[in-house]
Amino acid sequence: MKKVIMGNHALSYGAMLSRAQVIAAYPITPQTQVVELLSEMCADGTLDAKFIKVESEHSAMAACLGASLAGARTFTATSAQGLALMHEMLHWAAGGRMPVVMGDINRAMAPGWSIWTDQNDSLSQRDTGWIQFYCSSNQEVLDTVIQAYKVSEKLMIPSMVILDAFALSHTYEVVEIPEQDKVDAYLPPFNPPYRLTPDDPHAFGGLTAPEHYMELRYKLQKDMEKVPALVEETGRDYEKMFGRYLGQVDNYLCDGAELVFVTSGTAGFTARVVVDELRAQGIKAGNLRLKLFRPFPFEQVRAILSEVPKVAVLDRNISYGHHGVFYQEVKSAMYGQSPQPAIFGFIAGLGGRDITRETFKEIADYSLKNDRPEEEIVWIGVKK
Amino acid sequence: MIEIRFHGRGGQGTVVASKILADALAKEGNFVQAYPEFGVERRGAPVFAFIRVDHQPIYDKSRIYTPDHVVVVDPTLVEAIDITEGLKDSGCIIINSPKKPEEFKFPDKFKVFTIDATDIAIRHQLGTLAAPIVNTAIVGAVVKILKLTKLESLVAAIREGVPLKQEENVRAAIEAYEKA
Repeated sequence: MKKVIMGNHALSYGAMLSRAQVIAAYPITPQTQVVELLSEMCADGTLDAKFIKVESEHSAMAACLGASLAGARTFTATSAQGLALMHEMLHWAAGGRMPVVMGDINRAMAPGWSIWTDQNDSLSQRDTGWIQFYCSSNQEVLDTVIQAYKVSEKLMIPSMVILDAFALSHTYEVVEIPEQDKVDAYLPPFNPPYRLTPDDPHAFGGLTAPEHYMELRYKLQKDMEKVPALVEETGRDYEKMFGRYLGQVDNYLCDGAELVFVTSGTAGFTARVVVDELRAQGIKAGNLRLKLFRPFPFEQVRAILSEVPKVAVLDRNISYGHHGVFYQEVKSAMYGQSPQPAIFGFIAGLGGRDITRETFKEIADYSLKNDRPEEEIVWIGVKK
Repeated sequence: MIEIRFHGRGGQGTVVASKILADALAKEGNFVQAYPEFGVERRGAPVFAFIRVDHQPIYDKSRIYTPDHVVVVDPTLVEAIDITEGLKDSGCIIINSPKKPEEFKFPDKFKVFTIDATDIAIRHQLGTLAAPIVNTAIVGAVVKILKLTKLESLVAAIREGVPLKQEENVRAAIEAYEKA
């Protein structure tokens, strides 16, 4: 069934079709619309789940963790300052191997107060041990929630499904809503190996002495390393059942290109339009849209970019005192590769400033004109 | 691809108007993108809503700056702001107003249409006399003037998407469609 829905509700439908059993949330902008619809679904019986209202995002995640340990499939959603407040619990989720799936609407961090999009909220949580998926359409948001449960529960690692504020969260698009019985066939019920139950008492997250702690972290990293292959496998399975492939990256005309944009989020789709326009002018451009960011899809990024002379990375974020985060990651992935492309780093669109086709044309002009970047960070559209 | 900008005031249902139009367009297999102004809405303040429609998937996720057409839900905005900003040459301006199109002073390159959606809404008892809900009537006129969808698709979209007084809204849309 096709429906015209906003990105917030694409998250809600994804959680509903995945049969989330416990949803804990603190009602603050923009997450109200995500959990507003879920609370209605819980109230009218569409979704058989326990809806827990809490007094903060920290508690929302804590409630999800308790429910997850008890063996429930859990969901929550947040944004910006709310995600920051969850920070401690994000470590608990990943370190304790609780496969929560959470929607994050990318909003700029305050101050100054902002409700507009950029990626600094989710990228600040890069090292908490969560899988991160960046989406570019409402269809991708819905599909990725379902896939995220499959990946997370197999490896017992939590996932964040991330979408741009307004450009997706409040934008209506046509979305194919999969049939429930097909989703059930794709995603079986959550059945963790250990769970909190009075019948078989266990303690979780206890004091861990130096003789054990490091092994827990080693195992988390080893399982993280399995994510790319599992995303590939579950993405192909999804395609077989629903006709839409869900990969680690989206390679648009990168093979044989002279210049490749590396993008994410909604800007990753706008870049595609500019690739077509540049190709119409005889410039062989391509677009590598990163969907999986953690773990970083090293293998695919290296395979695609090592044949490309010039790479232009777009960041809608900044790590102060360093560079854009995607730029750092791409450079690190390409270090020591042969041949090695010239890699340019661009920052645009912070705090919701629009990223347009013009933005990418400026990026293309700069990258084609210079052999190497003349500045470490090239700012686009900033009033200096 | 066609891009349309709606102008209204907070509380008039402008965003809902764009959503109903998006629903109607999607029913005929179109790809659509509809979004409100990216920000906070206040009752009575000028608001915007935008639609893109195409026969193929829409990858451009940037905002709309040069619409093909504009729809003015609140006629007082014509004096208050520049509703033609970025409007493409030969674009249509559709205004909710009892006046005749020639009574509005716009450059000749634009085509002006009027529909008295307020009167239609009041007669179909949509909203109150002081604050009539004109969105279904105005969309009825938009669909006719821009030849975007069949009337049946709009009627189906209203029946599915409007929370209250579905049949009154349907009748308002049909009346506006016929008068436009």
